[in-house]
This record gives sequence, structure tokens and C-alpha cells, in this order.
Amino acid sequence: MSSSVSASDDPYYIPEPSPWPIVAMLAIFSLLMGAAFSINGVGFGSLLIVVGFVLLGYMFFGWFGDVVEENMSGKYSGQVDNSFRQGMFWFISSELFFFATFFGSLYYIRNISVEWLGGTGYLAATHEFITSQFVSQWPTAGPLNLGGSFALVNTWGVPAINTAILLSSGLTLTWAHWGLKNENRKQLIRGLTMTVVLGVIFVIMQIQEYAHAYGALNLTLESGVYGSTFYLLTGFHGFHVIVGALMLAAVLGRSMKGHFTEENHFAFEAAAWYWHFVDVVWLGLFVLVYWM
Amino acid sequence: MSSIESRYDDLHHQSEPHEHDHGPIKGWRRWVYSTNHKDIGTMYLMFSLTMLFLGGLSAMVIRAELMFPGIQLLEPDLYNNIVTNHALIMIFGAVMPAAAGLANWMIPMMIGAPDMALPRMNNLSFWILPAAATMLILSFVVPFFPGGGSQINTGWTLYPPLSIKVGMSMDFLIFAIHLLGISSVLASINIIVTIFNMRAPGMKMSQMPMFVWTWLVTAFLLILVVPVLAGGVTMLLFDRHFGTSFFDAAGGGDPVLFQHLFWFFGHPEVYVLLLPSIGVLSMVIPTFSRKPLFGYMSLVGSMIFLGTLGMVVWAHHQYTIGMSYGAVNYFMIGTILISIPVGLMKFNFIATMWRGSLSFETPMLFAISIVIMFVFGGLTGVMLAVIPADMQYHDSMFVVAHFHYVLVPGAVLALFAGVFYWLPKWTGNMYNERLGKLFFWTNIIGFNMTFFVQHFLGLAGMPRRIIDYSVQFTEFNVISSVGALIFGLSHLILLYIVIDTIRGKNREKATAQVWEGAKNNGLEWDLSSPPPYHSWTKAPKLDENAKYAGA
Amino acid sequence: MDERVSFKQGNEMDKMGKRGGLMVLFAGLCAGAMDAMAEYGLNFPDPVTRIGQDIYGVHMLTMQIATWLLVIVVLVMVYILFTFRKSKGYQADQHFHKSWFGRWSWVMVPAMVLMVDLTIAGSAQSTLERFWNAPKQFCSDEGADPERCFDMNVKVIGHQWWWEYEFPEYGVEYQGEFYPVTVESRPTDEATAGEHYLRDVDNPIVLPVGRTIRYLNTSADVLHAWWVPELGFKRDSIPGYVMETWAKIDADKVGTYRGQCAELCGTWHSKMPIVINAVTVEEFERWIENKKSTLLASLIEANAAKEWTMEELYTKGEAAYNTKCSACHRPDGGGLPPAFPPLRGSKVALGPVVDHLKMVLRGKNTMPAWAMLSDLEIAAIVTYERNAWGNATGDVVQPSAVQAAR
Ligand code: HEA
Ligand code: HEA
Ligand code: HEC
Ligand code: CUA
Ligand SMILES: [Cu+2]
Repeated sequence: MSSSVSASDDPYYIPEPSPWPIVAMLAIFSLLMGAAFSINGVGFGSLLIVVGFVLLGYMFFGWFGDVVEENMSGKYSGQVDNSFRQGMFWFISSELFFFATFFGSLYYIRNISVEWLGGTGYLAATHEFITSQFVSQWPTAGPLNLGGSFALVNTWGVPAINTAILLSSGLTLTWAHWGLKNENRKQLIRGLTMTVVLGVIFVIMQIQEYAHAYGALNLTLESGVYGSTFYLLTGFHGFHVIVGALMLAAVLGRSMKGHFTEENHFAFEAAAWYWHFVDVVWLGLFVLVYWM
Repeated sequence: MSSIESRYDDLHHQSEPHEHDHGPIKGWRRWVYSTNHKDIGTMYLMFSLTMLFLGGLSAMVIRAELMFPGIQLLEPDLYNNIVTNHALIMIFGAVMPAAAGLANWMIPMMIGAPDMALPRMNNLSFWILPAAATMLILSFVVPFFPGGGSQINTGWTLYPPLSIKVGMSMDFLIFAIHLLGISSVLASINIIVTIFNMRAPGMKMSQMPMFVWTWLVTAFLLILVVPVLAGGVTMLLFDRHFGTSFFDAAGGGDPVLFQHLFWFFGHPEVYVLLLPSIGVLSMVIPTFSRKPLFGYMSLVGSMIFLGTLGMVVWAHHQYTIGMSYGAVNYFMIGTILISIPVGLMKFNFIATMWRGSLSFETPMLFAISIVIMFVFGGLTGVMLAVIPADMQYHDSMFVVAHFHYVLVPGAVLALFAGVFYWLPKWTGNMYNERLGKLFFWTNIIGFNMTFFVQHFLGLAGMPRRIIDYSVQFTEFNVISSVGALIFGLSHLILLYIVIDTIRGKNREKATAQVWEGAKNNGLEWDLSSPPPYHSWTKAPKLDENAKYAGA
Repeated sequence: MDERVSFKQGNEMDKMGKRGGLMVLFAGLCAGAMDAMAEYGLNFPDPVTRIGQDIYGVHMLTMQIATWLLVIVVLVMVYILFTFRKSKGYQADQHFHKSWFGRWSWVMVPAMVLMVDLTIAGSAQSTLERFWNAPKQFCSDEGADPERCFDMNVKVIGHQWWWEYEFPEYGVEYQGEFYPVTVESRPTDEATAGEHYLRDVDNPIVLPVGRTIRYLNTSADVLHAWWVPELGFKRDSIPGYVMETWAKIDADKVGTYRGQCAELCGTWHSKMPIVINAVTVEEFERWIENKKSTLLASLIEANAAKEWTMEELYTKGEAAYNTKCSACHRPDGGGLPPAFPPLRGSKVALGPVVDHLKMVLRGKNTMPAWAMLSDLEIAAIVTYERNAWGNATGDVVQPSAVQAAR
């Protein structure tokens, strides 16, 4: 089924026409259409979301199934492998900028807009004429104290434990990588399993923490800018942890099938990079959102 | 200097299709399932042409409404919605896909690669576009249905708090922007990887054609700034539906934060629109000057400088919103400094023509007019960058005149030049040169008539984004609208030329080299016209010291 | 484009000389055109403030530099197009980029551009410095710097789609509270405005010439921008924030200055004109005294413990409705669906009075909250809405009911 370039010493594999991109498009499209309808309370929106997820799952199995199959049958040259690596690298870079947006917004809100409202900086006149009751401080729910008073999550409670969890998951992952490099499959599988389990524990702790914050602490999305930035940053991070854990789980499954070899294990590395990226973002979160 | 033929003695047979090179599969699957860079490039270009007509049609409606004072055709909200859609369709639907289409067609051919690095992802980045366009158009249509809420009356900048008050059509728009962003990021990743990893053995970065360089910088810009826009509109979505207060002073936020996020994306975005066109010009001008590109390395350098500087001057769109003296001063100086790299680019083009042997085929006519008109647009840009003066210009028709003078020549017309330049290569048929010239002249006369007078409107005090204006502005608006009609109609000639050339009846056949001066100017001229379905099934062997940019 | 002239060095030089002369002439014409431009209203209107004049100067400088640069580029291009033509047999110089010029132009060109850039930035900076940071002191304060102080504040509040001005230092004491003078400035309709279509308002703001005013820009709903070209600048109104700018209308510049909102603010963004009547200080004092007594009278009236009749409320309500509510709900109560619901036959306007009052007092989505209006005004408007255009509820809403609903 290959129409790969021939005759050359190191042919580059060009895949056959493939249905998966269009399925992917349909999946994303119906997800977003569904989201647009359902946040506006139109009933069939949630149906579309379900369809989108089903298509998405189907697409992932199909597309990556093809890739795995092509890879296993030895169609990929080192150059193809290199394309995948570089592609993943730039994808993670763009994700980094996505998070940078939120960190940047946090900076702007803490150090610029809240300061202005509190009477320092260029728009200090605001304080003179509108927000004279407001004292610049962090955390804050803003001049109108939107969402009512709230208490903070204890930095050295769940967040600190979660930091430890994520950091050690980075270690177990590296340990698994060593296993792979030394062709020690047992170590690979053990390491990966531990990593995925740690990831799952992290998510569960995070969900519990959210529940606690919403209930006991009255810290909600509506709690002014503090609540907004807190949930935005931690929420998107949590979402990325889930995605990363799914990737690692898939890699675990493939390891069990014995797919990876010492030199050919792009999927493992991609998932690992992603996981480390998620790790690093968490460290930023821990310091800037929980701690400072 | 050795000619490129002699360097590739063994290349000739490659131009003929050989047995490995089986053609495309038949029927709709060829397009929908495609993994071929040429087919995907063609789809991008077709999509872009459609969107150009759609965006242009809305521009015609805008100009028709603005022809006379008073409200004739539209309701105010509908007017603003059309302006919003006009901008988004033109920028995300027409210009960016056209540039991506050229990239798909030309980059693998220019660097001697068999295809893009990630062919399936390439198909995905294209096919997301029609989905995004659907959502964009839906955002326009939804308010006409009962329960559809109000129209998007915010302009393409989507500033809150206005955008928070809009009805559900805004959510369609936000998700459309997400889709467009995914598409651009995936396409950019693909282009970067292709350029880094797929160059023919022996081709150094410093030997790449300039068009490839421009796209490399463009792709980096996109990867860095599109996620910021995605993040910004996501926060908007949260403010609209989930009770957050990022852009609400009552909760400690600031509406201006959105503007920072938007323009952190928005300003690099204008260079995203500009750079591929600079790339096209750096291919066209040497060809028709019969002379190597002047200052290859300085062009590369200025482009990287431009990209970097372009990332840190965003707030020149927000001078009137209140920033400290230090901040505005910084943004002003940074913005003015951009004239250095851009000036160097324009200088290099002029120096390429200097002591050349010029001939004036349609692509060259466009290139020459672009150099002049873009310099004009750029100079008004520098005027806008000067804060005290921008306190007057801002949000007036002067700004509208500025950005159409940079966008239309700097992006759209240069893409036209590229299409005329490569159309014979793509189709194997020469286009009709006489019609091409007719198109050129009607086009630039219409264009200048439309937008030149808008400078005066702005100075005299006419704000932008208004459906109705006071009588003192009538004369110039009439001129502008008549010009727009000429300009719009001229595009029908373009449409005819393109269809005529593709069908190829009674058209002269193009040679492989097509243009007399194209000889040393890119590897694509070594392939037959039209090129085989898979371009470089065998990597060309390259001369270590040659420049495939023609320098 | 002379076909007969063969390509010879001498001839070429000769022609270059002639062309040079033409170019200078052309450039001169362009520069002359600049002055003509201002005369024919193609340029900014003449500024009436010091800051405006400075800004005008910066504008003219950059515009002249830009024009000259454009002229140079055009001339060079024209020269190239007529000289280096293949059709005239000109052979391309393949080694041009290897000459010393080709080697060093990448430094020379940026250096030259940088010089021009610094000229522009330098001249802009001195203006910017003076204008950007509004003074914080009244001129009457002790030790105030006479160059950097202001005589009075004017708060400029943007609303969808009208302007409100407040004079924080001028107002009346009433029942122990301070009420500043405010001006509600709304667009006049087409028929009344006449030649000033879209540039006329019902209540122009009156400002004294020769006194430094600190403008405090803010907004009640969405972004707006307050732009009067003669003052020389525009400033955005941002809800929740206050921005300061300052300007002094020159003492001899009595007159009427018109502008309009310059930041997209929704449906009627095109209908937010601004009119300033700049008058002498004495006239201004008289005007503000007048305003004060009207204000006092209306405060007394609104607080009178009195039962109002249907007719009184209806006529008052009609007037208030047609200034305050009709932009959205239209004078005939028909609204502009889907953005603005009709009030004619509306469920709220025909339903319980309390809900109607709450809607007006609190607002909802785009519907502004009108709690700043007096009880009497709201009572009148609501009465009007419940009885006009065939909404025949017959309800008479008294100010006390509004008080209760607050
Ligand atoms: C392709 C698109 C494009 C390009 C290339 C540019 C290029 C530039 N733009 Fe433009 N701009 C837009 C698209 C573009 N712009 C759009 C779409 C908007 C409006 C968005 C909206 O609000 O909706 C806008 C708005 C805009 C503003 C905001 C105005 C306002 O809202 O108040 C400003 C202000 O600084 C600005 C400045 C500039 C500058 C300094 C350049 C420079 O890059 C120009 C550099 C070029 C030259 C200077 C000419 C060549 C140089 C020489 C001949 C050398 C000699 C020159 C000197 C010594 C000065 N632009
Ligand atoms: C790449 C970007 C791009 C392009 C190519 C254009 C192209 C055009 N634009 Fe665009 N425009 C923007 C980007 C662009 N614009 C942006 C970003 C804004 C700001 C939006 C905002 O404020 O939010 C804007 C705003 C804008 C305004 C200001 C609206 C306002 O502020 O109230 C106007 C008004 O004249 C205008 C006119 C035009 C015209 C006449 C064209 C012409 O070039 C179009 C020519 C093309 C065609 C006409 C299509 C082809 C022909 C046919 C369809 C055949 C049929 C023809 C006839 C019936 C005549 N545009
Ligand atoms: C900026 C535009 C605007 C102005 C000015 C305005 N309204 Fe409204 N009004 C609205 C909008 C929008 C709604 C719909 C609110 C919603 O349901 O989301 C509304 C709804 C109402 C309703 C409820 C109608 C219904 O059937 O739901 C009443 C009553 C009303 N307005 C009264 C007034 C009065 C009285 C005034 C003037 C004092 C006024 N409005 C001025 C925009 C406006
Ligand atoms: Cu207010 Cu535009
Ligand atoms: Cu910009």
C-alpha cells in the first residue's frame, strides 16, 4: 500500500490517501458546534458533543492505528521519525504559549489592574473617583467583592502533595525510559504503570480539592479575579494532565504489546515530553498561583 | 556561473512521470482523503478564492451603505456584523489560506522534497478551514432565527464588554476562531518541520529560496501568537458564560486585558499576512529583472528582526486606553523602529531592479505597484505609531486607509502576483497576458480610488465602524464607493483568467522554465509544467555553493 | 520612453539631468500641496488648545517626512522603470550586488532609516511628555506648579449612546447631600439637526475658555471614546476605570466644537455626537448658576410628598422616555428586535408593576440599570410605558412605589 518515494537510498514515506483527517475534522466540528449550542441551552447540543467524542475516539484509534501499523512494518525511515519528533516539539511549544497567556493575564491582573483599582499606577484616578473603598491586595474578589468572601486553598496541603506526586511521576517516567533503553521491558511497564497511576491520583486529588473549595471555602469561578484565574489556570492544567495520562496509558498498552524498541520509540518519547511539559507548568502554577 | 541545467544533468528524466509515480486516485476521495501537497495546495487556493469573493461581497455592501449619509440598506447591528465578518473572512479565510496554499504548492518543490513532512496532518489543517468557515457564517446567520439573540456588533477585535453582551452568535465566532487557530498552528508545524527536515541533501538554510525563508518566520510567528488569541477568546467565553470576571472591573479585572491579548496576537498577525507576500515578491522581482536578488542575507536578517520586534510592540493599537508614560513611549519607539527592517526589504527590492533588465509581465506589474503602494501604507503606519498624533488618528477612517494600503498591496495583490507567476507552472498553460494587464490596471486604479480618499476622511474627523455619517463627509465617500465598485468588478477578470488558464483551451503551453528570467530562481523551474503528481521522488543533487534563491 | 534614443552612456547622463529637474519640480508641487490640504479641510481642523497645536505640529512633521520619503521612492522607481528596460536593450548587471554598495548597503540603509526614526520619535516625545501625565493639583492649591495644574474637573461618562458630563466642583447641597451639576447630552434627531446631522446634541456641554480642565473619562456600560478633534485628542472611556487628560481652550477661541464617539460601542455608535460650547468664564459662571437652580428645583419637586396625577406623570414620562429610552425601545415602543425588545405589548410592561420597576432599576444584559434617576422620573417613565402605544393598563405609578422597589 505504499506509494513511498522509491529508488532513493533513504526514501521518505508518503502515506496513501487517508480518511482520518476528515474524520478528525468532523469530530472537532461537532464537538465545538455542540458546545456552542449547549452553553446557550439548546437541547441537541449535548448530543452533538457525544457524537464528537465518539468520532474523536474512533479517529484516534484509526489514525494512530495506521501510524503504528506503518511503523511496525518498517516503512518509516529515520527521517520520518525525525519529522514526528520535531512536530511534537513545536506542538508543545505552542501549548507553552497557550499557558503563557494565562500566566501573563495573572500577572497583568495582580500587578496592574488591581493596583490601579487600589489607587497606584497610571489609572490611579479610578480609586479617587470610583473605587475609593477598595484596597489593593491579593487575593481579591474585586471592588464589588463578586461572589462573596472566600477562603484560600492551603498551599501546603493538597497542592504540595500534588507537587510531590507530579515530580515523582516524572522520576518514574524517566526510570521507565531507562528500562526501555536497556531493553528491560519489565522496568518499562512498571515505570509507566506507576506514572499513569500517579497521574490518576493527581486528578482525583485535584477534583476533591475543587469540591472542597467550592463547598467549604466558597471559592468559585465567580469569586472575582482570584477565582477566575485560579480555576482557569489549574483547570486547564488539570485537563492537560488528563490528556497526558491518556497518552501514557496508550503508550503503556503498546509497551505491553512489545511495540517499542531501543531506537524506535517515538510515541513513548512524545508522551514523555508532554508529561514533562505538564510537570513544568505545574511547578509554575504551584509557585505563582498557590504559593505567592 | 554554471547554469542550473548543467548542475542537474540527471534531473531531466525526473520531470517525466515514471512508473512509481502513479497519479491521483479518482473521484471525491482524491480531495477529501488527500495526502498530496499539490492537491491540498489547490484546495487551499480554491477555498481562499471563494472567501475572497465572500469577503469582497461584504465589502461591497459596506461601501454601498457608506456611499451616502443616512441609513439606506442595513440596520446598524447588521452593518457592524458585516464589518466584523468582512475582516475575519478576508484575513483568516482569504489571505492566510492563500498563503498556505502557495506554501503547500511551492515549498516542497522549492526545497526538493517529495511532499510535506506530515502529509495527513496537512490534510487536516486544510479541512478544518471549511468547518471554521461554516461556524463563521453561522455566527452571521444565527440571529435571523427566533431565539438566536443579537448580532455581533463588535468589529473583528471583539472588545469586551460589548462582546460579552452579544447573543449566542458570539459563541459560534469564538469557536470558529479556535478552529482557525488549530488549523494555522498545525499548518505551521508542518511547514517548519518540512523546512528543517525535508530539504534536499546538501541544501543549506542559506541556500533556500526566499519564499521558504519568509514562510519559516511566518510559521514561527503563528505558533507563538495564535495560542494567545485562543487563550484570550477562551477567557472571553468564560466571562460570557461561567461568571468569571477577567474583563470586568467589578471583580478586579480589566476590559483592556483582552485588548492586550488580542493585539499580542494581532500585530504579529499583520506580519503573518505580510511575510509570505514578501516571499513572493522576492521570487518575482529577480525573475523579471533578470538579476539575482539583492541582499539575500540582509533580507533574511531583517525578516527575523521584524518577526522579533513585531512580537513586542502590540500596544500601539491601544494608545488611547491609558498606559503609563514609560509604556507608551516604549511602544512608540519600538513601533517606529519597525521601519528599519521593512525599509531594508523594500530597499533590497529596489536595488534588485536597479541595473536590471526589466520586462513587465503581469506579476512584475503587480510587484512594482506593490513596492510603491506598500511603502505608502507603511509610512502612514509610522504616522500612526507616533502617539500624540495617533490620539487623533486612532479609530478614524485614516486607520482604515492605512491598513487597506498595507493589507491589499502587502498581502492580497502580492498573492495575485504569485498566482500569475506560478499559474503556468501549476497548470501547464500560459494565462492571457492581455487580460492580465487589464486586470492589473483596473485593479490598482480601483484600489487607489477606494482607499486614498479615506485618509482625508479620517483627518477631517470621520470615525470608523459607523453606519451613518454627517453630510460633510459625503463627497469623499462617494468617490470611495465608486472606486470600490471598480475594484470589486475587476476581480471578475481575475476569476475569468484563472478559469480560462485551468481549462487551457486555446492557451499557449508553458515551458518548464516558463519565464525567461526564472532560470536560477528556485528548483521548481526544473520540473515540468505542470509538475508530476509527486514532485521530487528522487532528491535532486545540489551544488554546495549555489543559491537556489537565485543569488 | 523614447524608442529612437539608442543606449549610449552620454545620452543617458543628459537625460538623467533633465529628469532630475522634473523630479525637483514634482517634489516641490507635493510640498506645496500640503498647505493647500489644510485649507480645503483635508487635514485636521485647526486646534484650539496648546496640546492640540503641539499634536498638530507632530502630525505635520511626520506627514511631511512621510511625503518626502514617498516622493523619493516614487522618483527612484520611475527612474528605474524608464531606464533599465529590457525592451530598450539594457543588459542586467549581474555583479551589482558584489560592488562595495552591495556589500555595505545593509548597514547604510538601516542607519539612515534610524536617523529619520529618531527625528520623528524625538519630536513626538517632548509633546508626549507634556500631554501624557495629567496634573494632580488644583491651581488654587498651595504651592501648585502653575505650568502643571488645573482649574476644574469635568467627568465625561459614556453611555450607550449618549454622554453625561459632571462638574464635581459645582453643585447644590440638598438635605445634607451634595448633588453635582450634570449635563445629559443626547443626539438630536435629523429634522432638528439640519446641516449638523449627526453632529448636534440637545444639551451641549458648556466650558470656559482660558481655564485648564482635567477631563475624567469613564463609562457606564461598554467602551466609548470621547473625541473632539479641535481639542487635539481622543480618550477611551473604560467601564470601571477613570482616565485623566487635560487641556485648556485658548482664551480667544470662543466657539462651538463638534466631535463624536470614536470607539465601537454597539448599535448606535454612529449617533453619539459631542458638542462643546466654549464661552468666556463669566458666561460659564452664569450658565452653571442657572443649572444649579434648575437642579435644586427638580430636587425639590421630586421630593415633594405629593400624589401625582396620570396626566402629570404621562407628560413627564413621555419627555423622559423620548430622551432616555427611545434610542433602544424606539419612540413608538416597537424596539429593535432581536437586540432590543418592544415595550408595546411587552409582558413586563403589562405585567406586575414591581417587575417592571425592577427591570428599569436593575437592568439586565444590555438593558442599563437606571437607578441613578430620581423616583419621580422613574415613576413617570413607567407610568408612560404602561399607558402609551396601546398599553392600556391604566396604572398610575407613584414615586413612593419606586422608593419601595429600590
Ligand atoms: C499587512 C498588514 C499590516 C502591516 C504590514 C502593517 C504595518 C505597520 N503598521 Fe499597521 N495595521 C494593520 C495592518 C498592517 N500594518 C491593521 C489591519 C491595522 C488595524 C487593525 C484594527 O484596528 O482593526 C493596523 C493599525 C495600525 C496601528 C494602530 C492605529 C490605531 O488604531 O490607532 C498602528 C500604530 O502604530 C500601525 C502601525 C504600523 C507600522 C509602524 C507598520 C510598519 O510595519 C510599516 C513599516 C513600513 C514602512 C515604514 C515603509 C517602508 C520603509 C521605508 C521606505 C524606509 C523609510 C521609512 C522611514 C524612515 C519611516 N498599524
Ligand atoms: C486582508 C484583509 C482585507 C481585505 C482584502 C479587505 C478588502 C476590502 N475592504 Fe476591508 N477591512 C479589513 C480587512 C480587509 N479588507 C479589516 C481588518 C477591517 C476592519 C474591520 C473592523 O473594523 O472590525 C476592514 C474594514 C473595512 C471598511 C471599514 C468599515 C468601517 O469601519 O465601518 C471598509 C470600508 O470601506 C472596507 C472596504 C474594503 C474594500 C472595498 C475591500 C476590497 O479590497 C474588496 C475587493 C474584493 C472584492 C469586491 C471581491 C471580488 C469581486 C466580487 C465579489 C464580484 C462582485 C463585485 C461587485 C458586485 C462590485 N473594509
Ligand atoms: C442600551 C439600550 C437600552 C436603553 C437605553 C433602554 N433599554 Fe430597556 N431594554 C434593553 C434591552 C437589551 C432589554 C432586554 C433585556 C433582556 O431581556 O435581556 C430591555 C428590556 C426592557 C424592559 C423589559 C421588556 C421585556 O418585554 O422584556 C423594559 C420594561 C425596559 N427595558 C424599560 C426601559 C426603560 C424604562 C428605559 C429608559 C429609562 C430603557 N428600557 C432604556 C435595552 C435598553
Ligand atoms: Cu459610544 Cu461609540
Ligand atoms: Cu500593529
